[in-house]
Amino acid sequence: MIHSLFLVNASGDIFLEKHWKSVVSRSVCDYFFEALERATEPENVPPVIPTPHHYLINVLRHRIYFVAVIQSEVPPLFVIEFLHRVVDTFQDYFGVCTEAAIKDNVVVVYELLEEMLDNGFPLATESNILKELIKPPTILRTVVNTITGSTNVGEQLPTGQLSVVPWRRTGVKYTNNEAYFDVVEEIDAIIDKSGSTITAEIQGVVDACVKLTGMPDLTLSFMNPRLLDDVSFHPCVRFKRWEAERILSFIPPDGNFRLLSYHVSSQNLVAIPVYVKHNISFREGSSQGRFELTLGPKQTMGKAVESVLVSSQLPRGVLNANLNASQGTYTFDPVTKLLSWDVGKINPQKLPSLKGSVSLQAGAFKPDENPTINIQFKIQQLAISGLKVNRLDMYGEKYKPFKGIKYMTKAGKFQVRT
Amino acid sequence: MTDSKYFTTTKKGEIFELKAELNSDKKEKKKEAVKKVIASMTVGKDVSALFPDVVNCMQTDNLELKKLVYLYLMNYAKSQPDMAIMAVNTFVKDCEDPNPLIRALAVRTMGCIRVDKITEYLCEPLRKCLKDEDPYVRKTAAVCVAKLHDINAQLVEDQGFLDTLKDLISDSNPMVVANAVAALSEIAESHPNSNLLDLNPQTINKLLTALNECTEWGQIFILDCLANYTPRDDRESQSICERVTPRLSHANSAVVLSAVKVLMKFMEMLPKDLDYYGTLLKKLAPPLVTLLSAEPELQYVALRNINLIVQKRPEILKHEMKVFFVKYNDPIYVKLEKLDIMIRLASQANIAQVLAELKEYATEVDVDFVRKAVRAIGRCAIKVEQSAERCVSTLLDLIQTKVNYVVQEAIVVIKDIFRKYPNKYESVIATLCENLDSLDEPEARAAMIWIVGEYAERIDNADELLESFLEGFHDESTQVQLQLLTAIVKLFLKKPTETQELVQQVLSLATQDSDNPDLRDRGYIYWRLLSTDPVAAKEVVLAEKPLISEETDLIEPTLLEELICHIGTLASVYHKPPSAFVEGSRGVQHRRIPPRAGSVESAESPDVGQSGSSEAPPAVIPSQGDLLGDLLNLDLAPPTSTVPSVQPSMQMGAMDLLGGGLDSLLGGDIGGSPSMGAGLGAAPTVMPAALGGAPAVGGGLGDLFDLGGGVGMPTGFYVVPKTMWLPAMKAKGLEISGTFARRGGIIQMDMSLTNKAMSVMTDFAIQFNRNSFGMAPAGPLQVLTPLSPNQTIDVSLPLSTNGPVMKMEPLNNLQVAVKNNIDVFYFSCQFPLSLLFVEDGKMERQVFLATWKDIPNDNEAQFQIKDVHLNSDAASNKLQGSNIFTIAKRTVEGQDMLYQSIKLTNSIWVLAEMRVQTGNPNYTLSIKCRAPEVCQFVYQCYEMVLKN
Repeated sequence: MIHSLFLVNASGDIFLEKHWKSVVSRSVCDYFFEALERATEPENVPPVIPTPHHYLINVLRHRIYFVAVIQSEVPPLFVIEFLHRVVDTFQDYFGVCTEAAIKDNVVVVYELLEEMLDNGFPLATESNILKELIKPPTILRTVVNTITGSTNVGEQLPTGQLSVVPWRRTGVKYTNNEAYFDVVEEIDAIIDKSGSTITAEIQGVVDACVKLTGMPDLTLSFMNPRLLDDVSFHPCVRFKRWEAERILSFIPPDGNFRLLSYHVSSQNLVAIPVYVKHNISFREGSSQGRFELTLGPKQTMGKAVESVLVSSQLPRGVLNANLNASQGTYTFDPVTKLLSWDVGKINPQKLPSLKGSVSLQAGAFKPDENPTINIQFKIQQLAISGLKVNRLDMYGEKYKPFKGIKYMTKAGKFQVRT
Repeated sequence: MTDSKYFTTTKKGEIFELKAELNSDKKEKKKEAVKKVIASMTVGKDVSALFPDVVNCMQTDNLELKKLVYLYLMNYAKSQPDMAIMAVNTFVKDCEDPNPLIRALAVRTMGCIRVDKITEYLCEPLRKCLKDEDPYVRKTAAVCVAKLHDINAQLVEDQGFLDTLKDLISDSNPMVVANAVAALSEIAESHPNSNLLDLNPQTINKLLTALNECTEWGQIFILDCLANYTPRDDRESQSICERVTPRLSHANSAVVLSAVKVLMKFMEMLPKDLDYYGTLLKKLAPPLVTLLSAEPELQYVALRNINLIVQKRPEILKHEMKVFFVKYNDPIYVKLEKLDIMIRLASQANIAQVLAELKEYATEVDVDFVRKAVRAIGRCAIKVEQSAERCVSTLLDLIQTKVNYVVQEAIVVIKDIFRKYPNKYESVIATLCENLDSLDEPEARAAMIWIVGEYAERIDNADELLESFLEGFHDESTQVQLQLLTAIVKLFLKKPTETQELVQQVLSLATQDSDNPDLRDRGYIYWRLLSTDPVAAKEVVLAEKPLISEETDLIEPTLLEELICHIGTLASVYHKPPSAFVEGSRGVQHRRIPPRAGSVESAESPDVGQSGSSEAPPAVIPSQGDLLGDLLNLDLAPPTSTVPSVQPSMQMGAMDLLGGGLDSLLGGDIGGSPSMGAGLGAAPTVMPAALGGAPAVGGGLGDLFDLGGGVGMPTGFYVVPKTMWLPAMKAKGLEISGTFARRGGIIQMDMSLTNKAMSVMTDFAIQFNRNSFGMAPAGPLQVLTPLSPNQTIDVSLPLSTNGPVMKMEPLNNLQVAVKNNIDVFYFSCQFPLSLLFVEDGKMERQVFLATWKDIPNDNEAQFQIKDVHLNSDAASNKLQGSNIFTIAKRTVEGQDMLYQSIKLTNSIWVLAEMRVQTGNPNYTLSIKCRAPEVCQFVYQCYEMVLKN
């Protein structure tokens, strides 16, 4: 199982280590540093690195490498999943997962890591249970703690660990009982030069924020559950009921959690909400190139496309860009050659455009590669797959909760080739 | 205010201060003090001096304080073992606390104290906790057994914790089951042969029930454990699959992949015409696709596994090509894996899409990725014949970009395409030649030279082109030099008149001015060949080349099968057998996919879709580097067959040629060279033989110690030379000869397996028919590497004698079945009875006397052993080596009477009296036994032992 964990920052320093079995010397990370040195980009470090006696499995999140050390045959996905869980927990506790935040809360971090693994076996990874064991630091609590000298370790042991619904804490009480659900869909797409879709798929999630007293038993049904043929559920969902009736039935964890994630594959028709007209050309022998981009809405079901951000990695030979944006602002970083254009909202009557020229290094060859355009956007009140929640019912408790559902569509890895 | 406040004190006398605070009466002050101690500890300050003071704080009802003290204990117990014993009492007390969480916490911390002295005290509390009424405590205790095992394995076994752990598999609580499985799996890893996880249908049922209710991590442990089970029949297999399928919808990708492993393994057993089989195939695709939308690290592991799944069952993902299209900001390790899978999935139906994508990738920024993309286009051309033309034109387009590394890669793959489709695309040669000057990588230069040489007759200025390379001959890499030599010789044979000067020049450069032995050797061969018999030279050098095969770098089927059983593990990430891992090798057993129920398919390798690549061992091109080596051989080797291991034959052949074997080459009898390759291939067999020999030495030593007050050196167990048991004619090319031996109390069957067929043999297994003494193989037949043609491998199979018994005629007859990938073969052989003579066969004198009298005289048999030239002492010594023990010796009238006893494995005693007259080479042997039918065979053993 998992032997040790090292946290390495962007400059390659180990700033935290934790061992669950015997101590593994820091020098084991030298193999990781070698790999880090070989990698051209920080994210190109291979996830599994063999060393003579150990294997190093690492993930890169928030510019921190979480390097786990294992000694025997352990499923790598198990380790990677666990590491991601650690990151999520830190983020949950400290709001951000940065080196500074981890260093500031080092005692909590150790306490958390100690509770999450026992001898390398996962122990408590549910945030509900962890929060009962170790209270997350809040400004109020730190102030209170400094005054009263009390601490952030729960006085109570987590009784939830003993129950059959280990994800829910017991004795939950709220004055306002509410259950909110967010349906968030991300479109991953590759659009080719001519504007036709090469591949497009939707990654959707239903995130919940449930603050209900007692032990509520919820059922959530969809208008068109047939869309969901490839789903992953939170452990609380009763799978049999879903198989038989296509209804989500569950006792929810307390607070925020991801109820389900789903995937609408490239074989279904996926609506593409924006289009890009582009004309990027470099002429041989000339130190100028032409650059024109125009964005427009496509299949948006009448909803506005907002928070549009266009970015493109221009060829290395580009020295500078002299462009004119019809709306929003653009920046060009001459070092990284990254062009980004913060467009904002697309107005269908007056399409945003970015036009002008780019200057190339004098005497350089015409660049070989064509820049790819990355687009980010948001569409409120729309799930692009067409998924719709039908109703939410609660059993097991007497009170009437507030219910709410929100839809949102975002761009995931939305790329346009030129 | 943050935790950093605990780190600020650096004053002198800090320890002293802390000590005072720790002993304070105020609880809050105590707690703060312990916190400061812990903080100092985490930054590496030595606070071990405070050990007694901190331990004193342990007896508290404040949970946080207790936890902090536990943390301190875990850290310092190792360096202060004597002090740590003071803490034992508290642990024991805490283990009996009414609160189950305190009990669990105590047992959990206890296991983390890695001090031998303490562990003994902890056995009792642990035992109680393993049987605690609360599942949470039991679950924690289960993991504690694994911890304890890590510290002191012997103790865990002696205390019977392993059995308790096994019982926990049937626990009523799913979490306890999951943790017991996890702990047992970890322990089993250090005990490769133990039957710790003995799975039967009842436990499987328990596991499947627990699977639905335990945490995600528990599900992973249980699924991995299930994957080791072999269902009895297809119905059980189907019911397990049905109950595992819901796991495919889990949010945790490790659960999903473990479930995929179980399904991939068990569906192998299902009949293919079953409806459920098709349903299952359909269900597998979506979760695999979903894995690809996760974080890049997860994607990487998933892709490595999908690579295996696609090779095993291409039908699962054949419609999902698009999800493997590369996004430009994928990390490079994801890009390269996706590319690999795209090629594996490429078929006539989707080739247009794939090519368009690949062409797009070839214009990206990342050089490694671009190279691989160009190479992929070549692989597509070779794989999908219909697309070859389009691929070639795509490659030509890429060459027009004049991007240096793209051009070079393109030329390397075009050479491969020429080898797959000769005489089809020569029109492009002109374009290639235009780029000759820009090639600066050896591989590309060598490929270009090969093309020029191969098609010299159609290139007008071939001689000029090659000559231009010749100028800097000594600066070229060996690869290029060899290729240039061969190409010029080809050119000469095709256009002898104009190029005589050129060929002489290259030959002299290669033979006289070069330090490289390979180059020199090859130069000499060509030189002699050309000067002796140009016609033969033409036949050899310009011989028709075998085509390269379609599918490239497929994993060898047996390895693939094993890797499928290890989906989701490190082995599957590295595509290497689990035994190849240093640390992991301890506990790895070779896992096989169970054979399909009631079908004949079991022997043949599993279907690999329509590609039909399972028919013959494909002549795989493992990598570009090897390909060139291969190419070079092709210039020499005769076009007989696509033997994959021609490579050694080249070097062997060359050496022999220089040694005067030139005539044979010129005589056209080149058939000699592959056989030399075979001779080389046989070399590795020395090693297994040596390994087999090792136990023999041990056995001999054992005998030495048995001697007691022995006289002189007894000889060891006599082993009959190997005899032919199964001639190759009867067994489709498999020849088996063998013998039996008893080494250190273990019966062994030593066999030499020889492959006299043309194809590689794999998947060996052995079974015995029931026999008189219940002999049965004690382990599987260990033939780890495939047996290539003309290779011989020696194996030693340990035998046990607790198999089923049936009387055979003759008594020592043994019927054996040997299976390999080709068929099952049967033969029978006879073993010497002395194999069954056990080491403790020495009877007490008194017992001997009584037994001798007790056995009726009718059971006595007399034999004459003739022509033995040994005195009685030497004979007795020799017999002892075969476990025939002399109990007493009497001399009557110049006649030595030896009284001897033998015990068989089935506890039959054989008593013997041997009369030896000095000077007379003939012995008289009287044998008495309650089972008189063995006498004859005992006599044979005597004769055999004494005469050898």
